[in-house]
Amino acid sequence: MENKHAIVEIQHVSKSYRRGSQIVPVLEDITFDISEGEFLALMGPSGSGKSTLLNLIAGIDKVDGGTITVGGVDITNLSETDLARWRSVNVGFIFQFYNLIPVLTAFENVELPLLLTPLSRDERRSHVETALRIVNLMDRMDHYPKQLSGGQQQRVAIARAVVTDPTILVADEPTGDLDRVSTGEIMELMDRLNIESGKTIIMVTHDPRAAQKAHKIRHLDKGILSNNEHS
Amino acid sequence: MNILKILFKNSFRHKLRTSLTVLSITIAILAFCLLRTVISAWYAGVEASSANRLVTRNAVSLIFSLPFSYKEKIRQTEGVSIVSYGNWFGGIYIDEKNFFANFAVEPKTYLDLYPEFRLSEDQKNAFLRDRRSFVAGRKLAAKYGWKVGDIVTLRGTIFPGNWEFVMRGIYNGRDETTDESQFFFHWDYLNETLKRTSPGRADQVGFYMIGVSNPALSTQVAERVDKSFKNSIAETLTETEKAFQMGFVSMSNAIITAIRLVSLVVIVIILAVVANTMAMTSRERIGEYSIFKTLGFGGWRIAGLIFGESLIITMIGCAFGIGFSFPVADAFGHAMGTYFPVFNVDNDTLGLAVLYSFTVGILAAIIPTYRAIKIPIADGLRSIG
Repeated sequence: MENKHAIVEIQHVSKSYRRGSQIVPVLEDITFDISEGEFLALMGPSGSGKSTLLNLIAGIDKVDGGTITVGGVDITNLSETDLARWRSVNVGFIFQFYNLIPVLTAFENVELPLLLTPLSRDERRSHVETALRIVNLMDRMDHYPKQLSGGQQQRVAIARAVVTDPTILVADEPTGDLDRVSTGEIMELMDRLNIESGKTIIMVTHDPRAAQKAHKIRHLDKGILSNNEHS
Repeated sequence: MNILKILFKNSFRHKLRTSLTVLSITIAILAFCLLRTVISAWYAGVEASSANRLVTRNAVSLIFSLPFSYKEKIRQTEGVSIVSYGNWFGGIYIDEKNFFANFAVEPKTYLDLYPEFRLSEDQKNAFLRDRRSFVAGRKLAAKYGWKVGDIVTLRGTIFPGNWEFVMRGIYNGRDETTDESQFFFHWDYLNETLKRTSPGRADQVGFYMIGVSNPALSTQVAERVDKSFKNSIAETLTETEKAFQMGFVSMSNAIITAIRLVSLVVIVIILAVVANTMAMTSRERIGEYSIFKTLGFGGWRIAGLIFGESLIITMIGCAFGIGFSFPVADAFGHAMGTYFPVFNVDNDTLGLAVLYSFTVGILAAIIPTYRAIKIPIADGLRSIG
């Protein structure tokens, strides 16, 4: 693992939010790298800034200072349009509340990011079926989200995240809304994606059991990254 | 799957809300089409006017007549090809509510001047031969069940008494803009009767209809005719048939303006309804738009989703509104009887309905789209869960 090059380089990143007239610092001078193929868990108490850091790495929020380079691209300098295009190719998202589109079937939800690619209808179908096979939901492809359990919905979300074969997978509390059994299944799946497909995964979690699956754990507290790394 | 499928699925996500919005638009477009058709019906006479027909009337007012003796002088005026004449009879059939236009005319020249009134050769000859005869338009004959050979009695208002006529023909309009609800009989029949009953009112005509050989010279011909009767006992006012008809329409200008305003208010109401629906939809889905943005959908695509949904809803409502406008206008036209002889939803009205609906669809989506695009993704995602 140590020999692998850094896929994500975070240099002196700071971020604050404005609440009325008050400026609340969320992240202060964060610097660290994430290696290719790494499975990193970011932990910390509520309000510690871990989701904000994840959003910055995923290009859905902008830094106040510092740089973030993903796969050699400095995403802090990209325009909104370029950032959207970059996300569609490089980032797969897994959210706590699955964030599936309720009027689309599992198949259609997974197909959604592929609509932005030049793939043909048949090629899209093939990619979607592969992704659904990975998450073992081929038999539920025509089901709508409300017809699926929480664990199944999260598996659809994972299929949607991996269907474009992104550079990194970011997961924000992926087991936060799941029971114990489903949590185990989802973490097994993410572990498999990391080990078998070599996906770089950055996961924010409160759950120590979920974090156990990660290769590395970093702690954030009050916007400051601790130097302790747990492997 | 394609974007269009997502648009349709999104549009009918809240079936009740979408159905009510579509229903509102349908009713509004239907009302718009009917109001515009009422205005068009008002102008039907103007639209049906011919460029080569002039109308000469008493310069003081239409209610004053002109001497019959003017006919020859008008006929000899340079540029005049044919002269006909007539009177508004104003007769009532059975009851005052049975209103229709009825004229005493010189039949031969009148039918020559109005080729749009199509009469079979047999019926035309029968009409010309019989001084007590009349012809009526297809719609009028159908309304009262008149058949050729029937005797019809009109009660005179301007020319008192009961006037009996024999039906000798039913004319058809050349096209749908032709008024098929008029009633014509011989001016000679009226004049001869007046000679016996009211000699002082005989040999007077209400108007002269003039055919001009070159429509481009209509103004000059009109001036020549009026100049001929300058300083006479009854000076004339000659104008194109269109201007003459416009004179009638302009008497109702206030009503027409009010109808036009109401038809525009209807469009503003649709805008409010659709804007409200789109605002609610957008607010509810702000998190979803953030998911789309997260997946890489840029501002233009998000705009496409919202504008597309707004346009789908408005254009479905517009299609239903237009679809219903034909049978409703038909029923309305029948109910109005001969007050609106031509009551058809025209292409201009349909075009405006489509244009306004499209514009409403676009306008209603502007603010929701702006909000959806401007909200930071992280803020939008926080609204989920």
